[in-house]
Amino acid sequence: MAEISKKRPEFRNINAFTDLTTYRLPAAGWVSILHRISGLILFMLLPLVIWMFDLSVTSQISFGRFHSIFTVGIGGLILKLFCLALLWAYLHHFIAGLRHLWMDLNHHAVEKRIGANTATGTIVAGIVLTVILGAKLFGLY
Amino acid sequence: MSVNYGPKRVVVGAHYGLRDWIAQRGTAVLMALFTIVLLAQVIFSRGPLGYDTWSGIFSQQWMKVVTLVTIIALGYHAWVGMRDIWMDYVKPVVARLALQIFSIFWLVGCVGYMIQVLWRL
Repeated sequence: MAEISKKRPEFRNINAFTDLTTYRLPAAGWVSILHRISGLILFMLLPLVIWMFDLSVTSQISFGRFHSIFTVGIGGLILKLFCLALLWAYLHHFIAGLRHLWMDLNHHAVEKRIGANTATGTIVAGIVLTVILGAKLFGLY
Repeated sequence: MSVNYGPKRVVVGAHYGLRDWIAQRGTAVLMALFTIVLLAQVIFSRGPLGYDTWSGIFSQQWMKVVTLVTIIALGYHAWVGMRDIWMDYVKPVVARLALQIFSIFWLVGCVGYMIQVLWRL
């Protein structure tokens, strides 16, 4: 066959802006990438967590300071927002991690339907618990 | 000739990843148990959670040791996670090496800081 051979299409690097935005991830895909992102957030904010623990546990005076960093001015609001992010990151990472362990142990957990259900449950549980605990953090109840 | 395929394939040894895979799960279970232990102490504490009650939890010797083990487990767990992230997205070797070294410093620093805090009490 001596016809002109069509050049095979080449697929190079994924472009974050033009390609990533067009993908439709299933629920399990969202849980997975959010598991990674929440892990990254926890990694980056770990010193903040330890610093807050340090303040809360070292002395009565530092404990008082621990209370005040949340209430003084704009810094307090920013700190609370960081803590809200930490709350979601920890909750999602934990629940998605439990789902991972469940999938490791249970042969049926990786089937499409069950996987999709547990994935949706993970995302919803993460958001709901974040809202509940976040409301407590922001003093709404 | 040794048989090394199918069910007889050797999957342990250098660079097979099984150690880190299990370590991530093991440390995860440990940290989950720690969370429950800490939460139980907080929930079942009497009176408002002031400095005395809170620092009292961490001044018990057994709790200090358990927290220490947990923070070390966290270090290993986070290292495996971060190594995976760099491995997936950072292809240039120099950049990846730099980020891995930074991650280790970061985690060792955090663990060290936590040890300092625990043993000041």
